[in-house]
Amino acid sequence: MTQTPVAEMSFEQAMQELETLVTQLEGSQVALDDSIKLYERGAELKKHCEEKLKSAEEKVAKITFGADGKPNGLTAADE
Amino acid sequence: MSDLIDAPSEGQNAPEFSVSEISGAVKRMIEGEFSHVRIRAEVGRVSRPRSGHVYLDLKDDRAVLAGVMWKGVVAKLRTQPEEGMEVVATGKLTTFPGQSKYQMVIENIAPAGVGALMAMLEKRKQMLAGEGIFDQDRKQPIPYLPEVIGVVTSPSGAVIRDILHRLRDRFPRKVLIWPVAVQGEKCAPEVTAAIEGFNAMSVGGAIPRPDLIIVARGGGSLEDLWGFNEESVVRAAAASDIPLISAVGHETDTTLIDFASDLRAPTPTAAAEHAVPVRADLLGWLGNIETRRLRSLQSGLDNRRQRLRDLSRALPNPAELVGIQGQRLDVLAGRLPRALQSVAQNKRTRLSQTSAGLRPQILNQQIVLKKQSIDAVSRRFAQGAKTQVSQIRSRLDGLDRLRETLGYTATLKRGYAVVRDDAGALVSNAKTAGAAAGLDIQFADGHVQLGAANNHKPKPKKNPPPKPSGGQGSLF
Repeated sequence: MTQTPVAEMSFEQAMQELETLVTQLEGSQVALDDSIKLYERGAELKKHCEEKLKSAEEKVAKITFGADGKPNGLTAADE
Repeated sequence: MSDLIDAPSEGQNAPEFSVSEISGAVKRMIEGEFSHVRIRAEVGRVSRPRSGHVYLDLKDDRAVLAGVMWKGVVAKLRTQPEEGMEVVATGKLTTFPGQSKYQMVIENIAPAGVGALMAMLEKRKQMLAGEGIFDQDRKQPIPYLPEVIGVVTSPSGAVIRDILHRLRDRFPRKVLIWPVAVQGEKCAPEVTAAIEGFNAMSVGGAIPRPDLIIVARGGGSLEDLWGFNEESVVRAAAASDIPLISAVGHETDTTLIDFASDLRAPTPTAAAEHAVPVRADLLGWLGNIETRRLRSLQSGLDNRRQRLRDLSRALPNPAELVGIQGQRLDVLAGRLPRALQSVAQNKRTRLSQTSAGLRPQILNQQIVLKKQSIDAVSRRFAQGAKTQVSQIRSRLDGLDRLRETLGYTATLKRGYAVVRDDAGALVSNAKTAGAAAGLDIQFADGHVQLGAANNHKPKPKKNPPPKPSGGQGSLF
């Protein structure tokens, strides 16, 4: 089993692991002790995914440039 | 013409020019005559010194015209001239008196029609493909859910609106717009700078570094989209560490950046669709998987409980198991004594069979034989021994007789005597006999003591009383 800390996972990684994990649990080929561990990790993964999905905030900014032509900041996009 | 003075040669009275004067005249004439010309030609050798000016040859199959473009003109060109390109150059002719040359100062140069542009595009594509820039194994995967999306496009117009709308519909994200000119001579350098600029941002910097770049532009003519064919743009897109989606023009337009990008989207809207998943779908999936997860543990327990029940049902009655074994034990225990008896019986039979062959006669026979041979040997031994003993005895007798003959006792019998002093020492001459205190004379049949000292000796006592005999005794 991957031991990547859940907090460091991308949404996609967490999603894939959650999917695999639940499929494993459903298959009941896992030892009971392991299935409880999987269940708990599943809860973590679910929470992580949920947080990633919640942070769906739109923020559009336009890059501004300094005299040297390099980006030096952001400004609200005038859509 | 004149008959007064002989004319040395015709035309000698023509005005004389200095080289500078004639060069100047030619220059004025050429510049006046060709102050604005359009020339269709193939580009020959192109040289780009550090000054920024561009020197090139314009040629056809028979003639070559040297051309120069000043730095300011070069910067404004939409397409840079390349060797072999079919172009139309606009400008004026001028001379370069210092080298007796004339040349064209080009003010604008453009590919001669779409065909020439296409040909050039194809050539450039071949070159870049040859470098491996378009190779599939260079492509990076597009992140499933990028946090920050950098969009390189015009800040106004339908393209950015379409992208933002579609992103909002699917999964609102942080978007950084890097405004660029999407056509004209500024397009390529600005797009290049934008791609490189996003890549140069650090992850924890003031401006968040995007994890996906979209380079987008709406549809347009080949010339409009030309900036996205420029080598610098293509190379920047290929070198981008951040995965890059290109969406330039409509579905039918293909620019070189599309070959170098990690993913080519047919339209800006499609680029947004590739960039993010649909949030609602994911929420649905998450709800679903959560239900499955919750249910799976319960159903796992239920399954186990059920299996336990099934297994325990299938487990046979222990008493039954023991009973059957007990029965087997009884049967075997019953057979055990009989088995022992029959084993003993078998052994007994074998023993008697074997012992039947074991008879005393066999031994006796041997004994008789051996006894006979022993008898024979002992008989021979007795015989031999007897013979041996009688032989040894007769030899011993012989030797004894010889001993007697040699010893002095036999001599005594013939009338000799042995004289000893009172100490028992042999006296063999008269001088010694005179000196002795006493004398003992031995004859064959006894001793005679002479002198005072005869009492000392035990030996004469033992002997019978001395009996004078022989000549020796008569001496005293």
